[in-house]
Amino acid sequence: MNRNAELFQKMLTIRSFETLLLEKFSTGIFTGTTHTSLGQEANAVGVLSHIQENDVVVSNHRCHGHFLAYGGDPLALYAELMGKPDGVCGGVGGSQHLHWRNFYSSGLQGGTVAMAAGMAMAEKRKGDKAIVIDFMGDGTLGEGIVYESLNMISLWQLPILIVLENNHIAQTTPAELAIAGDISQRFEAFGIPAARIDSSDILEISPLAEALIGRVRNESRPQALIIDTARLGTHSKGDDTRPGEVVEALWQERDPLTIHGSRLSEGVRSSITIKIEAYIQAAFTRALGKED
Amino acid sequence: MAENSPTTVLSSLNQGLHQSLQDDPNVILLGEDILDPYGGSFKVTRGLSSKFPERVLTTPISEAGITGIAGGLALRGFHPVVEIMFGDFTTLIVDQVINHITKFDAMYHGQTSAPVVIRTPMGGRRGYGPTHSQTLEKLFLGVPGLRVLAPFHLQGDDPIGSPGKLLYDAVIQGSSPTLFVENKLQYPLKLLSGDDIKEYSITDRGALTQSGLPFYELHLKGAPAADITLASYGYMAKLALDALHQLAYQHEIFCELLVPTQLAPFELAPLLSSARRTGKLITIEEGTLSLGWGAEVLARASENLGAELKSARRIAAKETVVPAAPQLEAEVLPGVEDIIQQVREMV
Repeated sequence: MNRNAELFQKMLTIRSFETLLLEKFSTGIFTGTTHTSLGQEANAVGVLSHIQENDVVVSNHRCHGHFLAYGGDPLALYAELMGKPDGVCGGVGGSQHLHWRNFYSSGLQGGTVAMAAGMAMAEKRKGDKAIVIDFMGDGTLGEGIVYESLNMISLWQLPILIVLENNHIAQTTPAELAIAGDISQRFEAFGIPAARIDSSDILEISPLAEALIGRVRNESRPQALIIDTARLGTHSKGDDTRPGEVVEALWQERDPLTIHGSRLSEGVRSSITIKIEAYIQAAFTRALGKED
Repeated sequence: MAENSPTTVLSSLNQGLHQSLQDDPNVILLGEDILDPYGGSFKVTRGLSSKFPERVLTTPISEAGITGIAGGLALRGFHPVVEIMFGDFTTLIVDQVINHITKFDAMYHGQTSAPVVIRTPMGGRRGYGPTHSQTLEKLFLGVPGLRVLAPFHLQGDDPIGSPGKLLYDAVIQGSSPTLFVENKLQYPLKLLSGDDIKEYSITDRGALTQSGLPFYELHLKGAPAADITLASYGYMAKLALDALHQLAYQHEIFCELLVPTQLAPFELAPLLSSARRTGKLITIEEGTLSLGWGAEVLARASENLGAELKSARRIAAKETVVPAAPQLEAEVLPGVEDIIQQVREMV
């Protein structure tokens, strides 16, 4: 499979997982809450395609895409969301709290940045060139511990790539009601270089992420990557206060699957789609069949 | 080792940290103003940065941040120790402790844990005023996954002394997140040994608990059966011991003092056993009364002893700020006279 088809397939894995999840949520198979990665697939795949085995990934409440792009098993994630012993964390963690290999997510916001900083300090001290990728959202910028952490990340030159997925909305609050000034400057004020890209195109995000990851690894220092992106789904299951036409326009303009899919022939696209949808359906069915 | 044997709680704790850095290359100390020559606000870390400069880090005034960083270090295999300069500032680390560090073990289904040790001095009687004198550990008692320890000023058989040994083991074993509660007036206390304690019968009942950590039972040698059980920890246990002595010699009231070094999880078998014998129990703590350590101890004593517990009281600080002026401070914090008075009323 060529590179373009492979990236499409990885993003489609996330898309199919989340779509089926939302579809089945209303049937009562899943309980609690969930935050889907719809619209942000290119970020997860674009960044995590470039990590190495010992690298550490820290994610947040919107973590399914990151988990799947990291290599996590859709079956184990479905089982987790169904609260089954075979789930990623035995059903204890649920949608937001996943740990597998070097992947850690939590439903908390700013605190995870401090935790990620500590992990980067650990990897730096081990001297094995491993780095930390820390995904955060624009909403997280409101919490004070973020700035304590950025200060120490820079002070101690910790090898961390902070990926800020700016989807311009925190639950229901638009960024313009919550964020003053320029986001990049918040990093730059601490001496952390910030690259910024406004894109949902994986072919733009991926090479940038690759270069930044290389820099963090080789120079053992921090870097921020701000991706202006779009949340195509609701915050969790049904809480979207944006007007329908606004969301519809985002689907037209910012869907990473449409943007990248157009580079593939219809035949290739459709064969990948059939394959991945069947794979995800099978993961769901097998998870459902696991013992409670 | 003899010439290095610690003589005070402070030197014992210092030696415990020293030994842990020496024995375990994964130990890292983080804290504000902990570098030499200053060596920390209360000098517990004195000498450590000179000996282990790579692993003793001074930090910005970022209690939440450094506690979070310690959590990340611990998740990735290190044994971090955080010093929070004043116990009052532990309010700044609550999210890190409750929602992060203590969550990982259970939340990630036992796949990992973050064995951070957080040390901090609580307590008043130094005239530092309302925001530098509080005893706040009750806020952390009962947090699932968090162990709360408090040393007692006894010299054990080990070369680093019992307070230092308690700290050393918490750091080295790296078994679970730990809040290690020190007390400002405890630091200069001479470690009790030999002649200091020849009047007392001291038994460690720790074997009756799951943790096995020291749980001391003290009474005067040759005294009649105790009339009442006193329960206390940390510096207040020193005041309780003073009260016990005076009650015996001046009022012929005989007490048994129970001193846990593990406050949480609540493992009270030695204490309950004493209270069953005496039928009377007083808890003594320096924090404010409501929902404190004593409240939980009495609730458990009541559940376990039923009618065998004939009467019970709590001694604690008044529910107000700790004033700066010494005479005002003394009115708020419980002292030896308060303990004596309460015991006399109860017997």
